[in-house]
Amino acid sequence: MKPILKIFPWLCLALFGLEMVMVMKPKADGEMHVAAFGRLPALLNGRVQPLDSVARNSLLQIRSTGDLPLEMVPAWQFWRHGRKLRSSEWLLEVCFQPEIADTRHIFLMHHPDLISELKLDGKGTEKSGLHYYSFHELESKLDEIMTQAAAAGRLDSSVRTTYQQQLLKLANALNIYQRLKNSLKPESVTNFVQYLADYQAAMPAGIQALRAQTVATAEARQARERFLKLARTAEAAANQSYPRVVPPAHPQEDRDGWMFVGTSLLDSIRDQKIAPAVTFYARMASAYAQRDSAEFNRAVAGYKNWLGSDFAKEVSKGRAEFYFNRTKLFLHATIIYIAAFVLAGAALLTLGSWPTVSESFRRSAFYLIALAFLVHTTGLIFRMALEGRPPVTNLYSSAIFIGWGACVLGLLLERIYKVGLGSAMAGLSGFLTLLIAHNLALGGDTMEMMRAVLDTNFWLAAHVVVVTLGYAATFFAGMLAIAYVVLGVFTPILAARKDFLLGKALVKMVYAIVCFATLFSFSGTVLGGIWADQSWGRFWGWDPKENGALLIVIWNVLILHARWGGLVRERGLMNLAIFGNIITAWSWFGTNMLGIGLHSYGFMDAAFKWLMLFVYSQLGLIALGLLPLDWWRSFRVKPNPALKPASGLTPG
Amino acid sequence: MLKWLFNFFSSVKLAVVLLALGLVLVFWGTLAQVKLGLYQAQHEFFRSWFIYWQPKGTSLRLPIFPGGYLVGGLFLINLFVAHLRYYRKGWKHAGIVLIHLGVVLLLVGQFATDMLSVESYMTIQEGEASNYSESNGRWELAIVDTSDPGEDKVIAIPSTLLAHGRTLSNPEMPFDLRPVEFHANSLLATKATDGFEPVRAENTGELKVWWRGVPRVTEMNRRDVPSAIVELISPTGEKRDVFVSGHFGRPQTLSAGGRDYQLSLRPERYYKPYFLHLIDFRFDRYPGTEIPKNFSSRVRLERPGTGEDRELTIRMNEPLRYGGKTFFQASYDEATEQATVLQVVDNPGWLTPYFACALVALGMVWQFLIHLVGFATRRRKAAA
Repeated sequence: MKPILKIFPWLCLALFGLEMVMVMKPKADGEMHVAAFGRLPALLNGRVQPLDSVARNSLLQIRSTGDLPLEMVPAWQFWRHGRKLRSSEWLLEVCFQPEIADTRHIFLMHHPDLISELKLDGKGTEKSGLHYYSFHELESKLDEIMTQAAAAGRLDSSVRTTYQQQLLKLANALNIYQRLKNSLKPESVTNFVQYLADYQAAMPAGIQALRAQTVATAEARQARERFLKLARTAEAAANQSYPRVVPPAHPQEDRDGWMFVGTSLLDSIRDQKIAPAVTFYARMASAYAQRDSAEFNRAVAGYKNWLGSDFAKEVSKGRAEFYFNRTKLFLHATIIYIAAFVLAGAALLTLGSWPTVSESFRRSAFYLIALAFLVHTTGLIFRMALEGRPPVTNLYSSAIFIGWGACVLGLLLERIYKVGLGSAMAGLSGFLTLLIAHNLALGGDTMEMMRAVLDTNFWLAAHVVVVTLGYAATFFAGMLAIAYVVLGVFTPILAARKDFLLGKALVKMVYAIVCFATLFSFSGTVLGGIWADQSWGRFWGWDPKENGALLIVIWNVLILHARWGGLVRERGLMNLAIFGNIITAWSWFGTNMLGIGLHSYGFMDAAFKWLMLFVYSQLGLIALGLLPLDWWRSFRVKPNPALKPASGLTPG
Repeated sequence: MLKWLFNFFSSVKLAVVLLALGLVLVFWGTLAQVKLGLYQAQHEFFRSWFIYWQPKGTSLRLPIFPGGYLVGGLFLINLFVAHLRYYRKGWKHAGIVLIHLGVVLLLVGQFATDMLSVESYMTIQEGEASNYSESNGRWELAIVDTSDPGEDKVIAIPSTLLAHGRTLSNPEMPFDLRPVEFHANSLLATKATDGFEPVRAENTGELKVWWRGVPRVTEMNRRDVPSAIVELISPTGEKRDVFVSGHFGRPQTLSAGGRDYQLSLRPERYYKPYFLHLIDFRFDRYPGTEIPKNFSSRVRLERPGTGEDRELTIRMNEPLRYGGKTFFQASYDEATEQATVLQVVDNPGWLTPYFACALVALGMVWQFLIHLVGFATRRRKAAA
């Protein structure tokens, strides 16, 4: 082998490995310590999270992106990173300089009727058919939007039109945005430090005047009015806030008693002391507005210091989740998966004609898959540690876990059959599942708390993990079968090498993985039954999601028996395995679209279109697989006796 | 012929066909839940021998597809006969036998559960106690003789008998009872309303009411509420019509033959020889949200006569197993959050799936290991 071919795989690994090291290396904060601010803990959706997560998940719901790009770079110029506001920077702006934030084009809309109904034509910015508008542009239409949305909200979700759905989404985005603006300081207050000083000063006399039965003097009346005016501002903010940012005053007694800034201000009437957290946020607000980096950094550091040992757990949670948000491990894993898939594909295509080059590509792909797997696994474990839960808690995490499982299978196959196929399939599955996960994450917080029924116990944890691996294996068998059909029909690769018949090997792989899938889907389904029995006294209740898992078990068992009984041979096995993709997709997504049953954790009608598209594509592939063998490029060149479909009953 | 039957029932082809039928059945039965609701779909698709189709405008019911019992039953026969035909001795095949034995046990166990298990609900207010649970779908007409202040005598008639319309008599009953009209699900109105008919029967102690029959509910979280007019025929031949309804919170009181009775149409009750006192019901939420985190009931279990008296907590995922029954935290009073609803399951076969699954899992792992060892050996030989 030429030296360059020997070195190439290591070069690939070094390139992407270096990229990952750069990504994971702790980074220095800018002149203004925005990252330190983003790490500060707050309580939202029932869990403590960094302000950065609050910002990210809000922006995801508003704009469908985690950060806010400031310049539009055409998608094909992928090497150019346009300027952007990171999530935390955006939150700072929204809270402390709303007049600028209001002009940012963040509200995503794509329904043409909605855009013309709101008379927004010609406004906002447009990119790839998506329109973004600023709060400024929508402000005058708020009443109209909210009235219409309230009417749409009263309808049952299954009868809403896409127009109404989009309207509701917009109303939700506006609602979050307005509440965010009041979260760190009351929106109407421009100088928060001054406001707090006034509040503190007005409190004693004001409260005394309020407590007195009759207001005797004009002076007392004035004191009362002055204080009430300030308190009303706090109350307005309290009613319109999003995250709770003020930690509990007595953490030893009530760890969960976080408050809104406004609520905390009202609460301070009791002992006439303003909570230190509010004072720190006020200092940040004023410093930010005056672009005083040094003072801002002092305020952030001071607050972190104050949180100190009492809230050590919350501070470290904030730091860890911030790091997790910033590293975007799953995004980087996706990129490496694509690169590995391309290399593995090149290895397969050169398998017969250019064996040494093929081997070099194959090794490169294998190394990259191993690297991507490492990154994927790190992300998975990181998430589990942050949540303190098993890897699968919702649809989003199931996508990540299915990709992970498929990657394990691909790596194993590549170890056994060293031709690049395992890597190619691992790369493709990893990429596709992470892409699906990315789209599922647009709904907002993916680490939301579990409803009581789904609260973890041993059987539930075992059930979701094992059954998801069953899904992954069934999908993987289907992917291999697709590879068999596509490579077989369009390329001569299945019979490219005389000493190693890829077609034969693929049959063995699919068979082995279907066995594996049977084992896992059956055990997973049964564990689910045991959990159901432990939790509400029935082993099996014909719930749609349970039925979905059962369908996968039945289908895998059917494939095995059809093979053993000689009802199908190699191509039949492949076509059955491809149909398994349809069944798995149904169980994974379709059952959630029924909108009934205990398990339906998300009704998604936009996804229905994709599901149908997927089903048709699989049916198309099965039709391709049914073509007469003479039409297959791999089999028509010259009949190879070893390639004739085996007539035996022997399983592999 | 016998040979043909044997070959037919033991064939792998039959297994594949049955699996395919099962696949269609499960899929169809899932889709049907959208329209029929979980219980009705279960009943029509899985707990049935055939799925029937009723052409519009006719009373014909045509069997068009095998139901759960038929597919499952044939599958059992197939498994059993196939083992007679293909059974091989030796460790290599032990896994397959174990797997199939487990599947048989699973099917039989589920069939037994279908037949034998009884689910009911026990509602208790904080500070109160209960010694019975109520059925979710079955109703009974209870006739309670309250003349003896020391002890009530209860006679309960299942509502299905009211639907049949035959006159019921029993030496324990103070009168014969003839159902005049019965609606398995009904609505009541307290003033004349379109579509409602005035009730032409005695309705002691209540306002004048109107009623109508409505289709049975399909949603999981709602239930049928029956109403009926029954004719009471005293031993002397006097007749009187009485209106009873599941909508009434209190029983109807009436006197006959010098004795006092209470008449009520109520969910079927299952009495226990012990009491559960509800001390406290808790509904914990995640901080700052309405997302439920946990439901739990602190109860006192008291068994008169044995001196058993202890406190315990029933919470989500932690049921109480006692006296052959299992009590699960199922629901609560949403208005007050001061009453708990426990689901009471009596399922004598509840352990079968555990054994069945252990068998299958063992068999699968066994088979998997044999293949793995074989595969590794072959590869090592090939490499050598």
